Amino acid sequence: MQDPDMGVKMRNQRLLITVIPHAMTGNDVIEWLIQKYNITEEEARHLGGLLVQYGYIYPLRDPRSLLLRSDDSPYRFQTPYFWTSSRWPASELDYAIYLAKKNIRKQGELVDYEKENYSILHKRINHTWDFVVMQAREQLRASKQRRKADRIVLECQEQAYWLINKPCPGAFDVLDLGPERCNVLSSRVALIEHSRRALGRNRVKSSICLESFMKYSEQYLHHDPIMSGCLPSNPWISDDTSHWTINTDMVGTPTRLRVERWSFSFMELLNDSMGRREFMIYLEKEFSAENLCFWVACEDLRHGESSKIILKVEEVYKNFLAPGAARWVNIDSKTMERTLEGIKRPHRFIMDDAQMHIYFLMKKDSYPRYLKSELYKNMLAKAIVPQETKKSVFPFMRRQRHSSPSPAMVTQATEDDGKAKGAGPTGTSSTTNSQI
Amino acid sequence: MCDQTFLAITFGPCDSCSENRPLMNLYIKTEPINYCSLCMEIMACQGLASGETLKSLKAESETLRKKLEEERKKLHDVELEKVAEKAEALGELNMKTRRTLKGHGNKVLCMDWCKDKRRIVSSSQDGKVIVWDAFTTNKEHAVTMPTTWVMACAYAPSGCAIACGGLDNKCSVYPLSLDKDENLAAKKKSVAMHTNYLSGCTFTNSDMQILTSSGDGTSALWDVESGQLLQSFHGHSADVLTLDLAPSETGNTFVSGGSDKKANVWDLRSGQNVQSFDTHDSDINCVKYYPSGDAFASASDDSTCRLFDLRADREVSIYSKDSIMFGAASVDFSLSGRLLFAGYNDYTINVWDVLKGTRVAILFGHENRVSSLRVSPDGTAFCSGSWDNTLRNKFLFTMTAYPGQRWANCAPPFGTPNHGQM
Repeated sequence: MQDPDMGVKMRNQRLLITVIPHAMTGNDVIEWLIQKYNITEEEARHLGGLLVQYGYIYPLRDPRSLLLRSDDSPYRFQTPYFWTSSRWPASELDYAIYLAKKNIRKQGELVDYEKENYSILHKRINHTWDFVVMQAREQLRASKQRRKADRIVLECQEQAYWLINKPCPGAFDVLDLGPERCNVLSSRVALIEHSRRALGRNRVKSSICLESFMKYSEQYLHHDPIMSGCLPSNPWISDDTSHWTINTDMVGTPTRLRVERWSFSFMELLNDSMGRREFMIYLEKEFSAENLCFWVACEDLRHGESSKIILKVEEVYKNFLAPGAARWVNIDSKTMERTLEGIKRPHRFIMDDAQMHIYFLMKKDSYPRYLKSELYKNMLAKAIVPQETKKSVFPFMRRQRHSSPSPAMVTQATEDDGKAKGAGPTGTSSTTNSQI
Repeated sequence: MCDQTFLAITFGPCDSCSENRPLMNLYIKTEPINYCSLCMEIMACQGLASGETLKSLKAESETLRKKLEEERKKLHDVELEKVAEKAEALGELNMKTRRTLKGHGNKVLCMDWCKDKRRIVSSSQDGKVIVWDAFTTNKEHAVTMPTTWVMACAYAPSGCAIACGGLDNKCSVYPLSLDKDENLAAKKKSVAMHTNYLSGCTFTNSDMQILTSSGDGTSALWDVESGQLLQSFHGHSADVLTLDLAPSETGNTFVSGGSDKKANVWDLRSGQNVQSFDTHDSDINCVKYYPSGDAFASASDDSTCRLFDLRADREVSIYSKDSIMFGAASVDFSLSGRLLFAGYNDYTINVWDVLKGTRVAILFGHENRVSSLRVSPDGTAFCSGSWDNTLRNKFLFTMTAYPGQRWANCAPPFGTPNHGQM
């Protein structure tokens, strides 16, 4: 639970002496915040507003409206006793006394929800009701003997406190915090073991790590739509989905940015289904396509259904690892031995070592050659750079926003067609607006 | 445990907790130890080896921690700010709300994007989980969970299912059917079972496995088809509040953050806690990996967001400001990792420059705390869900990069209580 605790710092403010001592204007609060935290006026207003809502400052003129007005409406600091962060438990008894006082002081002063609460409390703690009324009367009598200014201050303080703690139903409840979080005792022994292990880690120098962040950000700068915009236009701004349609999986000609991205890292190439396809074509030319097929099969094993694991392991063995297999992959003998041993007790991660070996093989060997190949260069040359759409003359005219077929529907369609490849358009616009 | 009345011979201060209690006389390797029964139980559960006392354990763990700090410092030869000096300064960031998704009757607690870059699933306090097409703002599916406070929801990579859970301690998967008359709740599958509320869930690289984090202090990997527990991860000493899967090429790790102020990195295969970071001062509400997978950011109730580097094994940057006093609830990176968007409990969203550590912009628009924030898969926009019952999609209007440009906040004017309606 964070405490917006800054009451003390505010005391350095200029104080206005009015009938109410130690009051300040809303404007003062904002000015001071701007100065102290070096923030804009908007932020200062927002922050000040929150202080009022949480009850650290309360308005004098219109106590029920918990807003910070940036004019000369007076505000006061709440006494620390009533601060939200002190979490003084607001007991029912106290609330009852407060409401009773209000009732006695002036008939009809209680607002609707307060009247309701009053009657509920009356029923609930009826056994102490005499005590409540007596306390209320005593407190009122004591306050009559105070100076008028003090009395008003005390009343305002109390009222502000209860406005926050028992808000009007339907209004904002700042004390709403969500489900409770608990803490459990930690085990020292586990901590010690963990620290010991951590000491043995290999660490990399900060300079190297941080340089890599710089490089990464620079490399991806033009691919980040928020930083560099996107062509032809950001669909959310222009309501034009062409940016999505030209980047779908099955599009005929990919965009330049997309093809460039394949050269950033091997993972980027594999993650893009079109990239993967192109890479496969290249490998087929080089007669090493079985590597990629093996990798794909291993991924399927790792992430697929648990029930099919044994079946898949067998297939992988049959197709890729068995001596004389149709697409035998070239793994070093130690890994092969280990994998074959492990196949006797197949589980999800059994192919990990072999998969890793083949992955790095492709990454170090085939991937760099692909990037230098004619195939890739042609792809890059063919790739389109979409035109930036000119902003329309009437910016207020909003385009029709078309819905797109849900991915769930697309998959259903492919299933119906018996898993035919490339069935169903993805991401193209249709004019049906589905509504629930 | 034996009956204590027979064993309590003496009464006095306990060696461990120093309180006056009936003491149990124990002998560990001929050394007499006087512990009260509570400390004795704790000691027994902790599995002390012979010769160890709670005090010695405490001392040992402290020295190890100090040693670890020293080791980490040795390789820390430069600060991120220094390295980032040569980076180009970011220009004015001008973001506006482009879509407001209204329809939840109560606080929006969590949201996730679909891989098609335009659909969103969101869950709220009243138990409703809604799938929207954010582009058209149409609702496509709605499910009512039999529980309130649905704190976690996730979209399957294929786009054909959603997972959600909360106070019911379970994670349920709903396949998304397009038959309008079909009741989605009928096809529900209960996958995960915890002993406390579900705080986060995410699908791993396929629809078949789900990773969950729970208030019972554990995270777990489940098989969707069978509902079987594949691996569980123990190590947090309090509620686990958040988790994120690593985008690395080997794809085998994830990071989780909890109420014990720690962020732990786990290996999916072995269930081991590989790394741990404990520099936060309060609960960690959200963790997210940097796009390259070499680092992650965390948002915490101590009102700071921090960046932790996995290879250097330390915290490398803190994103905080004096004027930000409320806890951060959610973070996400932009596609290039240069910007960090963070949603706070003071209803604002702050945008940080990850490299330089400065705040780029502050965005207003929500009327209650921002509970979740995610950047879309292609980076064109981000969506924020809030306790004011709405989801807002903020998209960039203009962004120009001029070195040395002064920052200016260009959010829409804040003035009346209802300023958020756009």
